[in-house]
Amino acid sequence: MAADADGVVQGRRDETPTRVSSRRPGAARRVRRPRWIGFAYLAPAGTLYLLFVLVPGMHTLWLSLFRWDGVTVGTWAGVDNYRAVAENPLLRGAVVHAFVLVVFFSGFSIAVGLLMAAILGRHRRRGMTFYRVVFFLPQVVPMVAVGITWRWMYTENGAVNQILRAVGLDSITQAWLGNFTLALPAVGLIGTWALSGLCFVLFLSGAQKIDNSLYEAARMDGAGAVREFFAVTLPALRGEIAVALTITVVAALASFDIVYVTTNGSPGNTTTVPGLLVYRLAFTDGQVGVASALAVTLTALIVTIVLFIQRLTRETK
Amino acid sequence: MKPSHSSSVVAYAVMTAMAVITLLPFVSIFLAALQPPGTLVSGISIPQEPSFESFGAAWTTASFGNLLWSSIKICAAVVPISVISATLAAYALATLKVPGRSAIFVVFLLGLTLPVELIVIPLYFDLRGIGLTNTPWAVILAECGLFMPFGIFWMRTHFLSTPREIIEAAELDGATPMVTLRRVLLPISVPALSTMAVLFFMWSWNQFLLVLVLIQDPNQRTAPAGLGFFVGQHSSDIPVLAAGTLIVILPILLTYLVFQRKFISGMLEGAVKG
Repeated sequence: MAADADGVVQGRRDETPTRVSSRRPGAARRVRRPRWIGFAYLAPAGTLYLLFVLVPGMHTLWLSLFRWDGVTVGTWAGVDNYRAVAENPLLRGAVVHAFVLVVFFSGFSIAVGLLMAAILGRHRRRGMTFYRVVFFLPQVVPMVAVGITWRWMYTENGAVNQILRAVGLDSITQAWLGNFTLALPAVGLIGTWALSGLCFVLFLSGAQKIDNSLYEAARMDGAGAVREFFAVTLPALRGEIAVALTITVVAALASFDIVYVTTNGSPGNTTTVPGLLVYRLAFTDGQVGVASALAVTLTALIVTIVLFIQRLTRETK
Repeated sequence: MKPSHSSSVVAYAVMTAMAVITLLPFVSIFLAALQPPGTLVSGISIPQEPSFESFGAAWTTASFGNLLWSSIKICAAVVPISVISATLAAYALATLKVPGRSAIFVVFLLGLTLPVELIVIPLYFDLRGIGLTNTPWAVILAECGLFMPFGIFWMRTHFLSTPREIIEAAELDGATPMVTLRRVLLPISVPALSTMAVLFFMWSWNQFLLVLVLIQDPNQRTAPAGLGFFVGQHSSDIPVLAAGTLIVILPILLTYLVFQRKFISGMLEGAVKG
């Protein structure tokens, strides 16, 4: 590759010998001077990011301080909208539901991933490409499609009840998404289904990087497979677990697609999540200020948790 | 050390079980879609007379032709615009001595965790004000903005990992920054660029909330957003709904199967580095 590069530059030099040679000392000096030209390179990305992410983000913050129906002139509300997020049972409920989803999206997925990584050990096995492709499939297809599929699987005549009947559990079959207590866990399990494979592949690739001598030392101390996992594998996977935690927590807290198509918050607002209410309040209920306050709160929660996870892993390293 | 025979059997049994659980929902909608429209499907059942009628019905009633075309248009704009913008910016931050570059980078990094929910409300009102809602451009520009943090982060890491001497040699020979980037760095960056392009394609194809809000006209929506609308109207006709779902999944699924290595390595590395 270096030869290729030389060739190109050489070519230029042959074409314009005087220009290049006169520039040479200047070029060496210029390396130290600030490169203002760099701003031209930053301009397209900076403009897109500024206009379509940063400015709207700030604008949401501003809107969250008003009472506004989206049509007429808004009135100043101060922190009233934030007070509503903290006190209104519907809004607070949505935040609580999001944290329940974290248990399923993060807790269960990571547990399944770790358990499988423990069973598989660190041996490289044949056919992993096939399994990896399958396990990543839920990451690739649109969440809307996943949601529609599961919505049908959870119905009275769906595959979930069919399987339960097949193993003799007829008594518990039901329309799962219509049950006031079970609808939210049912939605959560879709997340477990979607994210376990990702966690597993992540942990497996991490486990294969662990130094063999650590395992030999553990074995010398007479550690069995279980102790070996807790003493060597688990601590070494800290980084990967933090990554899995970050991805899955964000997926749970910011969830929208899956909830929108499976339950849309029903039955009786037992499965509402912040994303769903932001959409509903701003675009159908005409409560733009409250929706904005909820969006800001959600963002603050996500950023705080992500920073906390990162700090935790950085300190222990 | 070779894995023992019995542990291998257990390992494959566990992985196969998990693969079956992962694939089950896809198998169930595939079988349902093969039933004629209006059939009462119960659970996972092999159709008596498999037919593609439901696909035809879904295609015409939801005009999936239009929806797929919108999706393709949006992806075809988002992928090149965001790949080029992110590459240029990452190049500046990694190799050109831009004043304040670390502060600028931090501002971009901030965007890695921002949810769509934060920006979607003002985007709707502001873009409607300038007449961009109900056009693909609203979605295209917003997605490009959203992809900048990851793109810049990804390409900057890549540029920083290329040997310094290559860039310095080009600079000493008087190459302008643009020549260094195009002739020296880009040819050795094809794997990083294509992985990023594949990820952007996937994220753009699957984006739901932005499209739902910014494009209210059901005929102009993308395939996933149209599917979300379709489900409200045809929730009882399982075969047609299943066929519609498969139509939306199929393009991204085929891309995934062709580029599976890029998808998986991109998602794994992108996650670990981010």
